[in-house]
Amino acid sequence: MTLSLPMEEFTKPSTSEATPPVGVRLTEQQLRARRARSIAIALALGAFVIVVFLVTIVRLGSNLATRPM
Amino acid sequence: MSATLARVEPSIAGVGDYIELMKPRVMSLVVFTALVGMLIAPGHVHPVIGLAALICIAVGAGAAGALNMCYDADIDARMARTAGRPIPRGRITPGEAAGFGMTLAGFAIVSLGLLVNLVAAALLAFTIAFYAVIYTIWLKRSTPQNIVIGGAAGALPPVIGWAAATGSVAVEPILLFLIIFFWTPPHFWALSLYRVDDYARAGIPMLPVVAGDRETRRQIVLYTAILAPLGAVPWLLGYAGATYGLAALVLGAVMIALALRLRAEQRGQAASRQMFAFSILYLFLLFAMLLVDRMSGMAFGHFAAS
Repeated sequence: MTLSLPMEEFTKPSTSEATPPVGVRLTEQQLRARRARSIAIALALGAFVIVVFLVTIVRLGSNLATRPM
Repeated sequence: MSATLARVEPSIAGVGDYIELMKPRVMSLVVFTALVGMLIAPGHVHPVIGLAALICIAVGAGAAGALNMCYDADIDARMARTAGRPIPRGRITPGEAAGFGMTLAGFAIVSLGLLVNLVAAALLAFTIAFYAVIYTIWLKRSTPQNIVIGGAAGALPPVIGWAAATGSVAVEPILLFLIIFFWTPPHFWALSLYRVDDYARAGIPMLPVVAGDRETRRQIVLYTAILAPLGAVPWLLGYAGATYGLAALVLGAVMIALALRLRAEQRGQAASRQMFAFSILYLFLLFAMLLVDRMSGMAFGHFAAS
């Protein structure tokens, strides 16, 4: 999905306090979708860390206690 | 200055869209057949290692699905069955799907290699590449044998499951590979018989589009005639017990009966819909019986270990 925007919209915002900040403004729907995606990525990464941790423990097994100090 | 820039609209895709991109129904069958391959393998797999392997295989399957949807977005939009997928609906761009698929594929393959073993990881990499490149990019749009050869990708998960458990490949998982390989054509051709207009509109050379209704029904019977006895081979070779053998023979007989009915019906749709639905049940029950057999101590692992 593409959108044509005038170049001016991408120019640096004016320093004047009266001018509102220029940039991409997300709609409510876009914000909600981004938040949901962010939470899903966080959960997936968390699950990945747990899996790696558990596999590491299983792989090390009793060798953890008998390793050379 | 009045130049214009084209930019991509910020995404409105939700988590559900990305899950849909991973083809969860296909993924569930992949995970199930991989689980069976893993559990019937000789020896013992630690549950944590087994779970890690299954997650990697599931994510790998999802990656292949996303890459498939990325490349097939144009034809998906022309087919009623697939027009509701996230890319044709405009929820996800093909580029986002490609990035998602490549990232998942990388994660799944590397994780399987590091957490489980390299043989399973290599097989998973081969499966994803085969599905995304050989099937999706090359075969699907060029030959009516697309799903016959491409079916190899869907047939590999039990081999990956076995490899995850043993670090090698043996005759037993290759038998499971062959069962799924010969199951795929009757399954997809039954579907394509009642979706023939869809495939024709999208320009996909499925067998009913290219060779016609009658020839497709004939080939379904031929492949089913190979599949039904093949399903019983694990029992005949002594890798599975009598319970499995009996189930395989009964299920195979039903498949043949449905295929013959399909051929006799000729132009109607009822028999093809029934064949498609039962073929899913057939594969599920056949593999479930292998698990039951294994649990009762009569399957592959038992014989291989003795």
